[in-house]
Amino acid sequence: MTALPSIFRDWFAARGWGIHPHQKAMLEQADAPALLLIAPTGGGKTLAGFLPTLAALSQGGHDGLHTLYVSPLKALAADIKRNLRTPVAEMALPIRIEDRTGDTSYTQKRRQRADPPHILLTTPESLALLLSYEDAPRIFGSLQRVIVDEIHALSESKRGDQLMLCLSRLQSLAPQMRRIGLSATVEDPAAIASELACHPDPCTILNADPGPDPDIDMLVTDVEPPWAGGGAGYAIPAVLDEVKKHKTTLIFHNTRAQAEIFFHKLWLANTDDLPIGIHHGSLSREQREKVEAAMVAGDLRAIVCTGSLDLGIDWGDVDLVIQVGAPKNVKRLIQRIGRANHRYNAPSKALLVPANRFEVVECVAALEAVKDRDLDGDPKGGGPRDVLCQHILIRACAGPFDAETLYSEVRSVGAYSDLSRAAFDDCLDFCATGGYALRAYDKWKRLLLRSDGQWQLRDPRAAQRIRMNIGTIQDTDTLKVKLRGNYKPLGEVEEGFAATLTPGDTFLIGGQVVRYEGLKELTVEVTRRADKTPKIATFMGTKFANSTQLSHRILRLFDQPDWPELPRHTAEWLTLQRRYSKLPEADRILVETFPHAGRHHICAYGFAGRNAMQTLGMLMTQRMEELGLHPLGFVATDYATMIWGLDPVTDPAPLFDASNLRDDFETWLSGNAVMKKTFRGAATIAGLIERNLPQSRRTGRQATFSSDILYDTLAKYDPDHLMLRITREEAMRGLVDYGRIEEMLARTAGRIDHMALGRVTPLSFPMFLEMGRVPVAGAGQDRVMEEEAQRLMQIAGVAEL
Amino acid sequence: MNNLHFSFCDTALMAMPSGALFVPDTGILCLSDLHLGKSDRIARRSGRMLPPYEVQETLSKLEADILETAPQMVICLGDSFDDLEAATTLADDMQLWLARLQAGRRWVWIEGNHDPGPVNLGGTHSGEITVGSLTFRHIATGATAEISGHYHPKHVLAGRSRPAFLYDQDRLIMPAYGTYTGGLASNAADLQRLFATPPIAVLTGRKAIAVPTAA
Repeated sequence: MTALPSIFRDWFAARGWGIHPHQKAMLEQADAPALLLIAPTGGGKTLAGFLPTLAALSQGGHDGLHTLYVSPLKALAADIKRNLRTPVAEMALPIRIEDRTGDTSYTQKRRQRADPPHILLTTPESLALLLSYEDAPRIFGSLQRVIVDEIHALSESKRGDQLMLCLSRLQSLAPQMRRIGLSATVEDPAAIASELACHPDPCTILNADPGPDPDIDMLVTDVEPPWAGGGAGYAIPAVLDEVKKHKTTLIFHNTRAQAEIFFHKLWLANTDDLPIGIHHGSLSREQREKVEAAMVAGDLRAIVCTGSLDLGIDWGDVDLVIQVGAPKNVKRLIQRIGRANHRYNAPSKALLVPANRFEVVECVAALEAVKDRDLDGDPKGGGPRDVLCQHILIRACAGPFDAETLYSEVRSVGAYSDLSRAAFDDCLDFCATGGYALRAYDKWKRLLLRSDGQWQLRDPRAAQRIRMNIGTIQDTDTLKVKLRGNYKPLGEVEEGFAATLTPGDTFLIGGQVVRYEGLKELTVEVTRRADKTPKIATFMGTKFANSTQLSHRILRLFDQPDWPELPRHTAEWLTLQRRYSKLPEADRILVETFPHAGRHHICAYGFAGRNAMQTLGMLMTQRMEELGLHPLGFVATDYATMIWGLDPVTDPAPLFDASNLRDDFETWLSGNAVMKKTFRGAATIAGLIERNLPQSRRTGRQATFSSDILYDTLAKYDPDHLMLRITREEAMRGLVDYGRIEEMLARTAGRIDHMALGRVTPLSFPMFLEMGRVPVAGAGQDRVMEEEAQRLMQIAGVAEL
Repeated sequence: MNNLHFSFCDTALMAMPSGALFVPDTGILCLSDLHLGKSDRIARRSGRMLPPYEVQETLSKLEADILETAPQMVICLGDSFDDLEAATTLADDMQLWLARLQAGRRWVWIEGNHDPGPVNLGGTHSGEITVGSLTFRHIATGATAEISGHYHPKHVLAGRSRPAFLYDQDRLIMPAYGTYTGGLASNAADLQRLFATPPIAVLTGRKAIAVPTAA
């Protein structure tokens, strides 16, 4: 047990602060090999993590690196540096604190390696890079503690897996190292604890007082929400009223496009000229930093934002959080709300703004879940093997290694604890030889097995290329958007989006309507045209799927005789649905068919989440194509898939036959764009594809070829290759989400309710305004291209060719 | 049929969806930028090991085109090998396959910037070749009635980018035939300055489709 040195007690007392119980507990358990603290924001969580370090270092006498702090955000590392240096300076402690991120200068980084500070603040990627150097043992040998901040956020992605692999390496370099994890409230602390600990060691979990329940409600407006649409434009006046009543309001949106549209409308209605900003991941760094600085300074009354503002940054004095659109995940909602409030033991205040009546139902279900403290989360699979491949390559950069030793290190990571030796050897073989059935690279192996049994890089110069590709963050290729004649970028759009633009098209970025003029040296050139309504406002970007738990709550809510808990307008809307069709039930699939606008529509309510419903749409249209029903396209939401086509579906049951679906799935999966996208991600992480570096793109000539070609070639000649196996497993869990289709099939067991109707139903109505309609490809696509070519040839007067 | 017949400098030509060009009058099958051995060269130079199946895939495509057109002469329009070392280290079974394809017809390797010297495989080697009124060389010179490669042109139609032939009344630029090849957009300055007026693009894919590049 470590006691708080008197110098700290005096410093605390001078500020009138007391030490929180969980901070005291952290000190008492400072010697635990692994310790996970679950605490709400504002509870001095980070200080709790650092107190044992500060106490130990306050006497001086420690040489070299003592504590490593890892956070998911560069900005967070910089923040913590500021916050720690103040007490250290005021108490005149002999402690040197530095940060090291992608933004740290080259000379500073060199110096840090030669003479590490006592406390180093960094990110998982910078840590992986440090571990790839040959002097890693010297840098980390003296390490006593590692603190992983926001571990709940890291654990949701491959960045967490990479970090835990790095910790296993650190543990070998510094066997005395103790692990501390700091987490927000999560549904399964034990799962995170077992990821943090050195397997099979136990990990103590400390729960801080979670504080009072958040004061969270649905925004009630005089105007009724519409039946369909995602903009929540109806709520603009009510939202502005709330902004006026509070000091600082954060207005969260589920997508960037929605944030842009909402911000635009908010400005048009903002007759009082309240200072309101916008913040999302597609805006340029300069723009985002400006908004963040203004927010901290208290210069903004409201910020319209997306998840990019979700993590750790000190938000200043936020007293209201508004969530526009239904929250797709209760856990994320709670964390978002909790984070806004930095006053310990005061309830945070939040309002949900449903965009349409279906979202009213979703919001009510989410509010009930919050009240019941029923957090959601899907169980994770084992440790991803693409990340392991990268880890092996990083290990090789640091010098020769023994496979057996590395294997046992990897198995000390919770997520990889049941990795078989064969699976490990697969990854090692991939790193060494490419792992192809055709052993073509015997001459050019990346790794060689030396006569002493150690593995090493064939060509040490390869280390530099490996280091340049470290990391697991998937950045899509983006293009900067600049006003013509201006130097500063407005933001970024995805290359795919830019490719769809023709001069004259308008779109929203940073709250401005801009007109696309052309592409110049990989920059999208635009001019200001605020007079025209934006024609396009789509950024790609991921939409989160509704969690299974939330979907089930909504189905339970439907299964009531009436709905006293719902606003009158929404209860009436559900009553209408019940009268004209039926409400979906948890153990049956409701299928509605009806004609609309000259097309036959079929709408299936599966409640399996957006990704799975999208997959279902692809499978159903494929089967319909085979049956000659001429499907033309489909759209999917979290709860339903709607398909339109030239012929009516009279018997939908075979479309949902489980064995049919599984067969179709096998054929469909191999040629699928989602698979290619997933492959690209996994192959980049594993080092098969190199990241598109800015300098190589700037030349204009596309030296690299599409990763789709690699995928097609592998699928044709080496279908059992490790990368394809990884791709398949990942797609099943992620974008394809086949697991939830299986869950739907198990839950409904072939019970199909077919309602053949004369017109659109209340529940299907929102589908018509849903973004992301998918045209059905096949022979149709070639015909569309040919017709377009024919038209262009005729215009050009060369049709006789 | 998926091939596209058109006339260029008074010669009837046939663009194939694979990216090959056939001259029916003289029985010439022309292909450009095969870049055979690309994965080998990348592994040698960077340690990155791409799926080593691209030679197999390119030769399968070539075999199908030869079966379809039964050419008297095959012209490989340069950059047939990713570098000269790739040409000499081509796997034995791939060399045999190539020899089988060469049997019974003339085979001309045109020099490219990637493979400037002669290769130790069947066929003759040449800087350029003129047959009838058409001249075949790797890089366009500005001469008329010229068929060349080198630039790997691509063109976007209805949101899809495909390797494409580009031609006007004076010259024709071939798409890259090799499996592991990237491309240059048809509106890139390097390509546009080769043509006095916006050229016609013939897209490859499932079917050869002609479209004007200036709409």
